[in-house]
Amino acid sequence: MADLSCNFAGIKSPNPFWLASAPPTDKKYNVERAFQAGWGGVVWKTLGEDPHVVNVSSRYGAIDYNGQRMAGFNNIELITDRPLEVNLQEIKEVKLAWPDRAVIVSLMVPCNEESWKKILKRVEETGADGVELNFGCPHGMSERGMGAAVGQVPEYVEMVTRWCKAHTRMPVLVKLTPNISDIRVPARAAKAGGCDGIALINTINSITAVDLDVMAPHPTVDGKGTHGGYCGPAVKPIALNMVAEIGRDPATAGVPISGIGGISTWKDAAEFIALGSTSVQVCTAVMNHGFRVVTDMINGLDNWMDSKGYHNLEAFRGAAIKNVRNWNELNLNFKTLAKIDQDKCIECGLCYIVCEDTSHQAISATKLAGAVRPLSKTGNLYSMKYEVIDKECVGCNLCSLVCPVKCIAMVPQETGNPYLPWTKHPNNPMRG
Amino acid sequence: MSSKQVSAQAEGSSVFCEFVKPLDSHTAEVEAVRCYFCYDAPCVRACPTQINIPSFIKRISQGNIRGAATEILDANIMGGTCARVCPVEILCQASCVRTKDDDNAVEIGLLQRFATEEFFKTGEQPFKREPSVGKKVAVVGAGPAGLSCAHRLATLGYDVEIFESRAKSGGLNEYGLAPYKVTTESVQKEVDFILKVGGIKIHHGKSLGKDFTLDSLRKDFAAVFLGMGLSGVNALGVAGEELPGVFDAIKTIEKIRQGEKLVIGSDVVVVGGGNTAVDMAIQMKRLGALSVTLAYRRGTEQMGATVHEQELALKSGVHIRTWAKPVKICAEAGKVCCMEFEGTELNSAGKLVGTGKSFTLKANQIYKAIGQTLLPSTWGDPKTLPEVANGKIKVNAEFETSLAGVYAGGDCIAEGEDLTVTSVQQGKLAALAIHKKGDPRRG
Repeated sequence: MADLSCNFAGIKSPNPFWLASAPPTDKKYNVERAFQAGWGGVVWKTLGEDPHVVNVSSRYGAIDYNGQRMAGFNNIELITDRPLEVNLQEIKEVKLAWPDRAVIVSLMVPCNEESWKKILKRVEETGADGVELNFGCPHGMSERGMGAAVGQVPEYVEMVTRWCKAHTRMPVLVKLTPNISDIRVPARAAKAGGCDGIALINTINSITAVDLDVMAPHPTVDGKGTHGGYCGPAVKPIALNMVAEIGRDPATAGVPISGIGGISTWKDAAEFIALGSTSVQVCTAVMNHGFRVVTDMINGLDNWMDSKGYHNLEAFRGAAIKNVRNWNELNLNFKTLAKIDQDKCIECGLCYIVCEDTSHQAISATKLAGAVRPLSKTGNLYSMKYEVIDKECVGCNLCSLVCPVKCIAMVPQETGNPYLPWTKHPNNPMRG
Repeated sequence: MSSKQVSAQAEGSSVFCEFVKPLDSHTAEVEAVRCYFCYDAPCVRACPTQINIPSFIKRISQGNIRGAATEILDANIMGGTCARVCPVEILCQASCVRTKDDDNAVEIGLLQRFATEEFFKTGEQPFKREPSVGKKVAVVGAGPAGLSCAHRLATLGYDVEIFESRAKSGGLNEYGLAPYKVTTESVQKEVDFILKVGGIKIHHGKSLGKDFTLDSLRKDFAAVFLGMGLSGVNALGVAGEELPGVFDAIKTIEKIRQGEKLVIGSDVVVVGGGNTAVDMAIQMKRLGALSVTLAYRRGTEQMGATVHEQELALKSGVHIRTWAKPVKICAEAGKVCCMEFEGTELNSAGKLVGTGKSFTLKANQIYKAIGQTLLPSTWGDPKTLPEVANGKIKVNAEFETSLAGVYAGGDCIAEGEDLTVTSVQQGKLAALAIHKKGDPRRG
């Protein structure tokens, strides 16, 4: 049994699985159910100043893909719509009852020092382990000069972070918005402001769907809609890249990261940790299946770590960062070829048609004369054999990605040629 | 020994309702996404009407039911009935690549039924007729082949007149399939849908050789399509065949279909190995016969009924007795009491021979389901008729008979299997051949 305990800038939790600041962490009732289920920590749904905000009815939208529901998820809900005092009281009670779990409080108040100072004091009184500055919420609050409106201006990120560090003893996490061209810039700003850690990504600006009957975005509120925040499995690749960018940026390397974005399984979590995350935060997966999913995440991560001989999270944290490189460092002499396992091929023809239409015409399709499927009495039947034409195959992976039965392997070839990056390639006029 | 009298109409829906539960929009979507959208899909190759199956399934998964249904109906105007009665387990679904993957074919038949049924609910007519070509074509028989031929010709701009001997259209769909497979209501809805395209007139109660001649049709119409099916019933050729209590299965199914009163025997023997035999046996069991035995002279592998049909029979409580050759039917007080069979086997030359061992099955009703035949002798002067070979009308690759301008398709020709879907395809291809040969616009 591996040690899954996690220490994020002094915030301790029995495992790295935290619930992200979102509807599941809006009140004591939910959070206690989450802790009973085994979650290592929560980031309490964002608190703001009174009077509390008001939320709309009809709040979520989703992308279904080929029968998979909620492959992508979107919300137009704002921060907590309960009075500040109620939240603070409940946070205090929860932390008291669950001392071994991480309780971090997400905050969003207007961009002036006094507002932040005031709320930080109140949060400190609850005994919470830390605060997370919500600089990411892309809808509603940003129109009021908060959330992503701060996160998109690096100077504001640094300024507010500095205020918070000045006015609290608690660790300060800065949650970044992905709705920006280069994530490293606000990350550097957060570090410059003295943050204890960075959480990312917040949701991506989105319209998930247009209701073609009412001609309005979905979710639709009385015939109208607005852009919301996109999350769920679909955004994981975007989040992984941003986590990696911060991890390999010399200016921010080493800043603790709480990875967020479409984490649904232990494997997703392990990938975020391999790219440098200390903890991970989850939301859509529990909004899809309930808090119980954490059991399988813990179990899966534990079993995998045991099989790899990783005794604790530090043993593999950041292990993949060194292999995330700029394109021009990749070996142009590397060669991999597709290989079809004919015994497993079901003759769907997808590899053939995608290679033929959209790639390199590197798969041949041969009718097998005389072959007739059993059971069928009708003519016009033949079997097909699909084979890779090695000399045409560029090793793009497409066929292996489309194969529904995963019978196409990509096999690295021994070329005997040395490492040759673009920086040294003869075709590069700028080569060194 | 007891018999009971039942009326097919009075018996209510449980006995006559369709066996298979249809998909709803959710289950259809779930099933549709199982389709891998194969390239050069084997299911299409296996479909006698070459429906673009991956395409219509994709359209279902995208919520485009209209597009799915028109894709089906354009290839097979009886796609609705075929979705119910096609032996998909030996056609499209047997070829589904999923059978090689998780051994579970995509439910193509159910998806096709879903798409067509949902579309028919809209009452919309997706087909439009091309401008008139100013030609009339006569079609003999309003069964799958005839209706399919007529529909395609009508869309191509021909005026079509169908001559049908029976009171209703639909052919074997209406008269020859057990109601648990397809109901009269759905067959007639489909017929109405086909006719709605316009340009098709049906004359019911008109038999070839009795009410009109082929010569007269050839005189009055630019082309003739023969799709009259097989109206004769094969005889067993054994003693006792004429006894009361011995029936033709196909005629009994017709009675059930038309809601006539029937006497249901307590001990029923059905002789035959095709789908009609299985339909008959299952239907009698469902109507309350205590014991139903299906007797077939060869083994299960040679049966015309598919493995799926055979399983359905077994599940319904039908006994299947293979390698049994009818010897005679015995009577008691002038009524059928039992049937004697001789065991059979294949000899070293692979020929079916009797074993010399006989056995007897108790029976107060016997149904013959050993195939139907063409009855050209009833069609009028033999000199005016197309050539018949081996009991079927001879056609060339274009479905044209030995008489110029006279085409044929469906069960009355030898080509293809005796399936609804095959008849639909042949009617369609004959229509295209008629058009190709005689389109005045081609000059």
